Amino acid sequence: MNVIETTGLTRSFGPVHALRGLDLQVAAGTICALLGPNGAGKTTAIRILATLCRPDDGRAEICGFDVASQPLQVRRRIGLAGQHAAVDDNLTGQDNLFILGLMHHLGRRGARARASELLERFALTEAANRPVKTWSGGMRRRLDLIASLVVDPPVLFLDEPTTGLDLRSRTEIWSTARELASQGSTVLLTTQYLDEADALADEVVIIDAGRTVAEGSPQQLKDRIGTRVDVVVAGPADLPTAASVLARWATAEPSIDSDTRRVSAAVPAGALTLPELVRHLDNAGVPVVDAGIRRPTLDEVFLRLTTGPTVKDAA
Amino acid sequence: MTQTRPITDALAAAERLVITVRRDPASIVMVLAAPAVLVLIFGYIFGAAIQLPGSAAGSADYREFLIPGLLVTMAFNIIPSMVSIARDTDRGIVDRFRSLPISRSAIPAGQAIATSLYAMVGFVVMMLCGLAVGWRIRDGAIRALAALALLVLFQFAMTWVGMYLGQLLGKEEAAGQASILVLPLGMVSNVFVPTTGMPGWLRLIADWNPISAASAAVRNLFGNPGAPTNGAWPLEHPVTATLIWIAVILAVFAPLCTARYARTGR
Repeated sequence: MNVIETTGLTRSFGPVHALRGLDLQVAAGTICALLGPNGAGKTTAIRILATLCRPDDGRAEICGFDVASQPLQVRRRIGLAGQHAAVDDNLTGQDNLFILGLMHHLGRRGARARASELLERFALTEAANRPVKTWSGGMRRRLDLIASLVVDPPVLFLDEPTTGLDLRSRTEIWSTARELASQGSTVLLTTQYLDEADALADEVVIIDAGRTVAEGSPQQLKDRIGTRVDVVVAGPADLPTAASVLARWATAEPSIDSDTRRVSAAVPAGALTLPELVRHLDNAGVPVVDAGIRRPTLDEVFLRLTTGPTVKDAA
Repeated sequence: MTQTRPITDALAAAERLVITVRRDPASIVMVLAAPAVLVLIFGYIFGAAIQLPGSAAGSADYREFLIPGLLVTMAFNIIPSMVSIARDTDRGIVDRFRSLPISRSAIPAGQAIATSLYAMVGFVVMMLCGLAVGWRIRDGAIRALAALALLVLFQFAMTWVGMYLGQLLGKEEAAGQASILVLPLGMVSNVFVPTTGMPGWLRLIADWNPISAASAAVRNLFGNPGAPTNGAWPLEHPVTATLIWIAVILAVFAPLCTARYARTGR
């Protein structure tokens, strides 16, 4: 059963078309990543689903309740953690969760107990009674995430939960998100980072300019996008030879940068291994200074997905 | 469970303010110190050069005239509520509250009630400062309590204005900058000097400024010396005029503020 379902979601802000007919289905108990660059419409989608913003057109349902006509039913089932740490800096971690507990009608004792329980579960007990302004950025973001869990909502929206965080804090947020999903929550997360979607999501929906451009499991998407091969050669004369070697696997004409003596090419995922690559270059007599096979960056993914007709055919 | 519980939600919002105050001892010091500073600056520095009709410059009469005005100035101070809601809006705290299954209008209401009740602490401190410099309650306890109630109501109405403007500005810095404009509004009134000597157009504004009516009303209820009314209706009937002002401000800004808070827009 789909816990989150949207059809033809459209929303403009004056001349800006944030969403142009977004269709989205998220099955119960899964983590879905909405992946896209800044301005792709990710936050607008989350705001509509969290009843903070109305769609101009289209429908959105959470657990079968319409976000526009049954907002209260929707709000009972969702938790929202935003791009900023939406916590009160002047209060302690315990205070922040306590007040949200009161607003969730847990009562004073219930709210206090729930706050302590959550802080302990997410290893923030030590800092619990310090004002949040003395916490690190990662801890604050984690508190923000926890704050959306005061009543264990079945659906959780995480809007760019790790943007601007250091690596360690990101890992902590990731493990928290995984833990939530393992307990049966459905998580919709937005991110600009391919590796984040890769690490967390069961299903990835790539959106650009307010529309879905691709969807599938991280593995399916990576296979579709392929990998990128970079070779740096010793002299300018070696560049054409290296390019012709790469062209055997490349899905498009290899690009040559003579300043850095680098040849780059996109190749299908798993088409060749690093030892194979070096062997082929060596056989062709190319002196290799540096060689690497790496996953594409998000920019490349977008370039491929928005301009490459072969990819659209494959979808 | 399909209905919200506005009273519980409003109490939660009020509790938030109480905890905020408790966590910020510096703000308590400010609340206690501000009245003394205001009395010092206006009572003794400017007051030394201000002469009320019928009394000598720098006399205790001026301080007795001044204290009710300062009380009203404090009640009129929309800056804290403006800044704090702008901050909540900017940080996404408002969005978090709006995504909860609670009555959206209850949150600003709870905040306004808590702010007004907390303001009483400031009023009492100001009155104590006043007693120390010669201000007196001259018309009995009942009228004095009426004056205090009027101040709390005025503060309540102004808090809605502050919360509405704070949401409009949406950023803590913007709200902080806009607050510079609030001070002159308080000056164009009979708070510090009688309006009689002002140029005609300015006097008209000052006489009809709700702050003037409120100051006149509070002076009247405490039995302190008042300023000449220049025949302006609000100053001739200060208590009625202040109550009307409070009703008008509430009727305009409470719905505006609530609608802004509850709206599903951006």
